[in-house]
Parts: sequence; structure tokens; C-alpha cells
Amino acid sequence: MIEQSVLSLRSATLSFGDRPLWRGLNLELKAGEFLAVLGPNGTGKTSMLKAILGQQALTSGAVEILGSPVRRGNRDIGYIPQQKLLDHGTPLRARDLVAFGIDGHRWGLPISTPTLRRRVDAVLESVGATDYASAPVATLSGGEQQRIRVGQAIAGNPKLLLCDEPLLSLDLQHQRAVSELIDEKRRELDTAVVFVTHDVNPILGMVDRVLYLAGGQFRVGTPDEVLRSDVLSYMYDTPVEVIHNRGRIIVIGAPDGHGAHGHDAHHVEGGEH
Amino acid sequence: MDDFWGTLFRFENYGELLVLVQNSIYAGALLAVVGGLIGVFIMQRDMQFAVHGISELSFAGASAALLFGINVVLGSLIGSLIAALIIGVLGVRAKDRNSIVAVLMPFGLGLGILFLALYPGRSANKFGLLTGQIVSVDNEQLGLLITISVIVVLGLTVLWRPLSFASVDADVARARGLPVAGISIAFMILLALAAAVAIQIIGALLVLALLVTPAAAAMRVTASPFLTPLLSVLFATVSMVGGILLSIAGALPISPFVTTISFLIYVICRIIGWRRDSTRVSGARVRISA
Repeated sequence: MIEQSVLSLRSATLSFGDRPLWRGLNLELKAGEFLAVLGPNGTGKTSMLKAILGQQALTSGAVEILGSPVRRGNRDIGYIPQQKLLDHGTPLRARDLVAFGIDGHRWGLPISTPTLRRRVDAVLESVGATDYASAPVATLSGGEQQRIRVGQAIAGNPKLLLCDEPLLSLDLQHQRAVSELIDEKRRELDTAVVFVTHDVNPILGMVDRVLYLAGGQFRVGTPDEVLRSDVLSYMYDTPVEVIHNRGRIIVIGAPDGHGAHGHDAHHVEGGEH
Repeated sequence: MDDFWGTLFRFENYGELLVLVQNSIYAGALLAVVGGLIGVFIMQRDMQFAVHGISELSFAGASAALLFGINVVLGSLIGSLIAALIIGVLGVRAKDRNSIVAVLMPFGLGLGILFLALYPGRSANKFGLLTGQIVSVDNEQLGLLITISVIVVLGLTVLWRPLSFASVDADVARARGLPVAGISIAFMILLALAAAVAIQIIGALLVLALLVTPAAAAMRVTASPFLTPLLSVLFATVSMVGGILLSIAGALPISPFVTTISFLIYVICRIIGWRRDSTRVSGARVRISA
């Protein structure tokens, strides 16, 4: 019996107007597999996540989750967004945020039951957040908040974890802690992970495959197959150098590194920061 | 000086006056529940300024109703619904929303002033819509206000959890399949209803004192999802009912009393929150770094 793919993209094409973001994308992601989606801004990384979430229709081709067409609100998917600091006074504790991952889609008052409390406690413990379980979310550091968001995303035991730049605006230490947590959880739960990031370094040791999007093209393969000077030079259509240095990968000369950025202009593609 | 305080607080015939304003007290307590609850979400969704915009269009609707002799509550309801939907549809992003509100607000106020100027009736009624009116809540109006308030409270009860989820993290809520845009419009409608009730009692210019200040005060002292709405309702009730009880003594408008009590509660909560925060930082709160 062939193992069923958790996520499969077949001849998937997405264009906005006459500008194709990616065309003919084929990808099969198995349970427990870690895929990093890399590439400069505006190449459709986030749009790909939206397509998987059923929020963005493809121009052509198909996306399937566990053999079924995508749909909105699929409980087999957990989603970890960018870290954004919550406002002071937000009337929620860490545990309330995790509870949303279990019952946030239900109408009515947020009345807690002993069963729900036990599940939330278990999740909080598994992401190492028991100490601040009842702390107001706004008083937590960025890293602590991301830990809670990982808990929220895995609380429903998803088969697929979508991460949209979850390390953005975290310092190096927290980047490592949060990515290690995600890695640990995918091994524990055998969850497939799609990890959108502009910097592969914090997750380099965990990644099974890389999907690189640039210049309307894509490459899929292991980091060693894709993150190479010749491959990226071809995709960007300009000389690009990929340097391996003490376990880190630095991409030099990619157009992305020269101010073609949108909101995160200070992050140089694959650069050290 | 004695004259001044004497005008402010006069407690002769207090019992008789109390009977006269019974309806207002009921209406005020009701509004306090509505304002205290919805305020928690107004704060979380950063809608404070939008509330003001909605109230001014609500005022325009109410004064139009006064001029054309239809039900004032109905008029103000129509005005606030129109404003809320415009702000809800066009102002999804906070920046767009602020400019839309800034454009709508003077327009609504101006329109309202025009209708009032054309209205031939007593002038005392006129400015009640802007700054609050106390004894003007009759039984028919009270019935309507109760109905609207019950709708708002029931609506919030149903929406509560998804609305909290969508307010704190719209992207994740959307990923979980929540109709985030629909929830947001539903909230705007409830907000319009609440504003329409509020301007009948406290006046269009001072609506924020009941719809925002109590929740803002509560959020200074707690982050519990249960205590926050409870305290917010409590603060709103103390301000509203307390304001009415004090104002009838001097036969003055209720609004200054309500706004002052509500402001004082906020100041006290800020001081409590600030003192607690400063002890928390110096106290050893054990935290494991993420």
C-alpha cells in the first residue's frame, strides 16, 4: 500500500492577472515531513498557504489534503502565524489562546469544562508553557507568545502544520527555541510541516525538503540540491552565490537582498542576523 | 460657593424625583450592561473612534426623526446602522477606518444640527440628543430600548468566543474556518444598536464614557476573560445609575455626572494597574525563557 500524502499539489498554478506566481507545481508531502518554503517576497509563499487553507483558489491544478480537496476550516490543519505582539489589556490568558485551538470555532460563551481544562493543561505542558499558563498574553515575551501559538496550532492534533514566518521578529535564541519546538512536535505527532520563511538557517537542521520560489519558477529538493549557486543563479537569472559557512547558508547577490523587500526590508535573504 | 454646591446637589423631595426618573434608571442600568459588555470588544478591536463616528450619524438620524415626527429611537437606529455598515465594509484596515470615521463624524454632526435648527419644538429636547436627556424616556421608548438592548446582549452571547478569537488573531481564526468578515459585520451591527440606545440616554457626544471608558478601566486591572466583562459592566452601572441618582438632586443633565464617575473609575484603575505592574516587575515572577 502506498502511503497517502498529507498534502499534494498537482500541476498547481497561481497567477494574479497575467503575472504567474508559480506554474505546474507538483508536490507530495508525507506524514512527518518538514518542508521549508523559501524565496523572496511577492513570489506567492503566503498565497500557497492560503491555497492550502482553501482561502485562495488556484488558477489551475489541484490541492488536496489527505486525498480530499481543500476546504475552509479543515481541522486537520494547524496554523502558526507571524509573531505580532498583542495589545496590553487583551483580556486573555495564555491558556485561553490555547483553548481557541480546540474550540475557538464554536459559537457561544467561552465556558470551560474540566475536560477542556485538562486538554489545555496537557498542551501547555507539552510546549513548556505551564509556568505562564495563567499570565495575561500581552505580558508575555515574543518567544513565549509564539510558544503559546505553537500550542494552539497543535492542540487539535493536526496532520499538517502550516507556519507562516513564525520566527519573524524573534531574537536568535527564541528563533532556535521555537523552531526546535515545532520540530519536536512534528516528530511526536507525525505531523507534516510546511514552513514559510525568508531565512532557512534556524531550521536548516530540521528540513527534509526545500521548495524555493523565485522569478516565476520553483525548485523542490533537499537543501543541498536546491540551495546551490548554479540553481539559484538560474532561477534569479543573475549571478547568485550560496556560501556554506559554519553550518549556515548565506545567499549573496539575490535580487531580494537589495531592497526589493516589502515589510521586512531589514531581513536579508538567508543572511546573518 | 455654597450656591454652586447647592445647585449641584439638592436633596429635597428626593423620593418624589426618584419616582419620576424611574424609567431613566431602568434604561440607564440596561445601557450599562450593554455598554460594559460591548466595550470589551470595542477595545480589543480598536474601534473606539468608530464608536464616536457611529454616534454622530445616529444623532443625525435621531434629529431627522424628531423633525419629521417619527420615532426618535428608530431614527437614531437607522443613522447608526448606516454608519456602522459603511465603517465595517470600507474600514477593514485601521488606517482606512480612522479616515472614514473622521469624514463621517462632522458630516453626521452637521446634518443633525441642521435638522435640529429646522425643528420647531422645544429647545430643551433638542440638545438632549447631543448631551443626554434624563426624564424624556417614556414607556414606549423604554420598551424599544429594552428590546434593542436584549438583542445586543443575546448577539454578543452567541458571538462571544469566535469574536474574541477573531479579534485577537484574525488570521488564525480564518484558518480555522471562522467567517471573520461576517463576524466583523455582525459586530458592527451590534455596535450600531448599542450606540443608538446610548445616545438616547447619555447623548451622542458622550457615548464613549459608557461604551469605552468602563472596559478600558477594567482592562487596566485584569486580563481575565471573565473578570474583564464583569468589572466593565459593574463600572458602567456604577457610573450610569450613580450619575442619574446624583443628577436628579440638582435637576441638572445626567451626563456630566456619568462621565465624571466613569472617568474617576478609570483613573483609579490606572493607578491600581500601574502599582501592580511595578511590583510585578520587581517581584520574582519565575519565567522560563521560550
